[in-house]
Amino acid sequence: MSTTETLAAPPQAPAAPARPSYARAFWGLMLRDARLLRRDLFSFVVRTIMNPLFFVFIFTDIMPKIGQNFSGVGAANFATILVPGLVAIAILFQGIMAVAMPLSIELSGTHEIEDRLMAPLPIAWTAFEKIFFSVFQSILAALVVFPMVYFIPATPVHVQVASWWLLAVVIVLSSFTAGALGLTIGTLVKPQQIGMIFAVVVTPIIFLGCVYYPWALLRRVKWLQIATLANPLVYVSEGLRAALTPAVPHMPAWAFLAALVLSAAGFSWWGIAGFRRRVIN
Amino acid sequence: MPQAAIEVENLVKRYAGPGGGVLAVDGVNLRVAQGELFGLLGPNGAGKSTTIGVCTTRVRPTSGRIRVGGVDVAAEPPRARAGMGVVTQFRALDRGATAWENLYFHCRYFGWPAAASRRRADELLAQFQLADRRDATPEAFSGGMAQRLQIARAVAHRPRVLFLDEPTAGLDPQSRMAVWDLVRGLRAEGMTVLLTTHYIEEAERLCDQVAIVDHGKILVCDTPARLKQSTGAGAVARVSVEQASAELEARLRALPGVTEVEPTAEGYRLLAHAREGLAPAVAAAAQGFGLRDFSVHEPSLETIFIHLTGRELRE
Ligand SMILES: Nc1ncnc2c1ncn2[C@@H]1O[C@H](COP(=O)(O)OP(=O)(O)OP(=O)(O)O)[C@@H](O)[C@H]1O
Ligand SMILES: [Mg+2]
Repeated sequence: MSTTETLAAPPQAPAAPARPSYARAFWGLMLRDARLLRRDLFSFVVRTIMNPLFFVFIFTDIMPKIGQNFSGVGAANFATILVPGLVAIAILFQGIMAVAMPLSIELSGTHEIEDRLMAPLPIAWTAFEKIFFSVFQSILAALVVFPMVYFIPATPVHVQVASWWLLAVVIVLSSFTAGALGLTIGTLVKPQQIGMIFAVVVTPIIFLGCVYYPWALLRRVKWLQIATLANPLVYVSEGLRAALTPAVPHMPAWAFLAALVLSAAGFSWWGIAGFRRRVIN
Repeated sequence: MPQAAIEVENLVKRYAGPGGGVLAVDGVNLRVAQGELFGLLGPNGAGKSTTIGVCTTRVRPTSGRIRVGGVDVAAEPPRARAGMGVVTQFRALDRGATAWENLYFHCRYFGWPAAASRRRADELLAQFQLADRRDATPEAFSGGMAQRLQIARAVAHRPRVLFLDEPTAGLDPQSRMAVWDLVRGLRAEGMTVLLTTHYIEEAERLCDQVAIVDHGKILVCDTPARLKQSTGAGAVARVSVEQASAELEARLRALPGVTEVEPTAEGYRLLAHAREGLAPAVAAAAQGFGLRDFSVHEPSLETIFIHLTGRELRE
């Protein structure tokens, strides 16, 4: 191949900086993820809507029609209870679908991540980029799911945003928690174990995540009410419940905000440490 | 002494593990001058990838001091990475991205602006003869194409130093030649290259300097030509016989010009001063001992390896 001459062509591009810009490298990683998400938008939407779509269709449209109704809580019907719950699942599960699963495969099998690991920024930033990008994906997922859980139910849904600030803060903190949890799981789990993780982690998280019932009602099963406090999805559901359906009983804001900040920070720390351990020997 | 592109001083790497772990690199010293094409030749598990891993900030050294492009890799990994290109032993292209995107985003990671990155990606695809694969994802690439793209990507941000871990492992001969040409081209424009290989031919024909490594240690390091002279032999003969015998060994040893006779799996290996007259002499000496086959050739780096370790490079 006669590449010798052409490769030596004078660079039109800038020479390597004495000190690389971490921010630009980080931005480059974001751009790459955005491009791949855009290409994959269809499968992103499909995997995001399937679960809530069928859930609201069966439980809030078909079940009432065939006379199998869930009663709801006080003035709020079951469809209203579900709104924050299903949006919460959509947010939290982006962390697992968009971060944990691909990362687990890249780290153990395909090594696709190699090139990004050689980017001129600290490894912790590369790990944090995973969390940061998934925040946008989680928010996108929430936006996709919300209209479905709002419009599909046959019974009227009562959503009332008391504070847009609270809603925004809850969504962002929840999305961070999701991304950080995804990073943690992705660095801990081998691709062959993903099925197992769904069975032993994802299933209990969903069913014990105060998605289908408000946390306050668990007081009748005290041990469970306390046990579920270990589940980050509880705080996402309850936070959204407070922000979207304040009429339904929910945790006090200080409680779910503190818990979300702690889990976002804790899982970020754990996930980044795990990532570093996996990519540097 | 001018500053070397790669300086490794007393590198030791012990991987944690049961029973005290694995001592993968055991006191390696290397100096690779600017613009040099340096090869690490050694068998599986010799510690080549570990050495590259340390140089490329991916393996933390147990002890030792490593500078690449004048930057201490342990102290400032991001700055060290900014000046190096790396092709790992894994064929690790971004599969969700096209060939062009692999190059484009790589430039973006290194802080290049969009327009310059686009130009660079186009230019590299043309130069590495991948222009017709611009929008294909690397899953569909042959091994040779994937490797060309990997090298293109590694040099996309114009690093001063390039690390290639087994760049031609698993490639067909034609693709191997193509990779060699690429590497020579990069060298010709002043790139410093450190590559690992367990192909003797690759080390001999491609590299300016070769270090032979085994069990985490550098056994010798010199130009291929000088390494080949270092045994003092001008020729090597392989003799394959039905049955080894002390008498045959003694006869071979007594041949004029023969300096060394080592038993091998199929017979003997002889080192001699010169090629001249060796073949007929060996044939005559082995008469009546069930001579199956023999060959006389020039000493290669493999001869050195065997000479130093008593083993063949490939087992
Ligand atoms: N991550 C690791 N953890 C523990 N031991 C390791 C690790 N990586 C490599 N080793 C061990 O270190 C030694 C050197 O391995 P290394 O990969 O550096 O060799 P190599 O010369 O590149 O071999 P090959 O030609 O097979 O690629 C081997 O014994 C290997 O088993
Ligand atoms: Mg190796």
